[in-house]
Amino acid sequence: MSTTQRKAVALISGGLDSLLAAKVVMEQGVHVEGINFYTGFCVEGHTHAIRKKDRNKPKRNNALWVAEQLGIKLHIVDVIEEYKDVVINPKHGYGANMNPCLDCKGFMVKKAHEWIEENNFDFIITGEVIGQRPMSQRKETMPVIAEESGAGELLVRPLCAQHLPATLPEQEGWLDREQLLDFSGRTRKPQMALAEQYGFEDYAQPAGGCCFLTDAQYSKKFVDLWDARGERKYELDDIMLLKVGRHIRPAKNFKLIIGREEGENNFLSGYRKVYSNLKTTSHAGPLVMIDGEVSEQDIELAARIAARYSQGRTAETVEVEYTTKDGEARSLSVTPMPVSEIPETWHV
Amino acid sequence: MSHYTLDASRMMCPMPVIRTQDKIAELEIADTLEVTCTDPGALNDIPAWCRINGHEVIAASEQDGQVVITVKKGNG
Repeated sequence: MSTTQRKAVALISGGLDSLLAAKVVMEQGVHVEGINFYTGFCVEGHTHAIRKKDRNKPKRNNALWVAEQLGIKLHIVDVIEEYKDVVINPKHGYGANMNPCLDCKGFMVKKAHEWIEENNFDFIITGEVIGQRPMSQRKETMPVIAEESGAGELLVRPLCAQHLPATLPEQEGWLDREQLLDFSGRTRKPQMALAEQYGFEDYAQPAGGCCFLTDAQYSKKFVDLWDARGERKYELDDIMLLKVGRHIRPAKNFKLIIGREEGENNFLSGYRKVYSNLKTTSHAGPLVMIDGEVSEQDIELAARIAARYSQGRTAETVEVEYTTKDGEARSLSVTPMPVSEIPETWHV
Repeated sequence: MSHYTLDASRMMCPMPVIRTQDKIAELEIADTLEVTCTDPGALNDIPAWCRINGHEVIAASEQDGQVVITVKKGNG
């Protein structure tokens, strides 16, 4: 081991693998700091807080929690804009849903590589394990990520390093290869045993990873957005709203986003200046946002659907207030649309 | 020693944390930053971020859905 203390940045997702990978390297006397990328699709953080029933659950940001457990700094980087190209044009395609996992990992390692160059750090750590994930964590993808990210031999995967060629930190003696690990496959047992050895408890074990793009329902709504608009584009508001409410698309030109409970209605009300919206006034009912350009006929149809999801669903007529995003409001009297007239195909 | 404000209203975590982090980076040690947000998650996340990065939360409150947190920059 050389006398200069080497510095590494660890990609921290908030899950167990990246926690352990960072710890294994810290144990060898390396100064480690964490980096976490916010893409807009992260399950971490928001949406836990939207639904009222979830409000009382203890909420924490797992990446921050992991950094605190390790006693390291964490740098959170907003990559929302740059990440669009990863989602829209993934060179390696998508996984089971709209998840561009391989391109995503390459992108994040590339950003980490830029970061170490700017901040004079020596190498990069990830929690990748060969065979852990079907798309991005395979024997064949490990060199692809190293190469395409530009990180090359500066990318260390401490949890499976013994299955991989020696990286520069190992060749230079900054890290003792013998003390790195040989995990592989989908099993979680070695990780859990190591966590116990280090005394980590209460760590997050997200079933579908930490990204909404691995979720089938979310992906379906995301694809619908592109199909309806006829172009593969999105803004942060679009993808935030895909996480909230009931989505109904009666026609290609517009979609309704209907709050399912108070927390969602409150969240949606923050978008009143972005989308025109509907609210029943004669009966209690949800806030309904209209995404798209609508005709008078569309507004009436939307109002009838809004009435269907209000307390007045069985009433003969329901008063609905329509408000444009400029704040101009007017009232409509409509007959709630019977459930049988809302085709299943409208539900996104 | 100066006092600054930051409006992170309507942003969902971790955006208020990111904005706080980026603003704090521009300040001098012992400067204070008052962050206003609407995501109650910020009440956990901003103090956690401060603890791990060596800054101090000197006030935190929540009223009518508005969260106000004052951070004093440490020497990190």
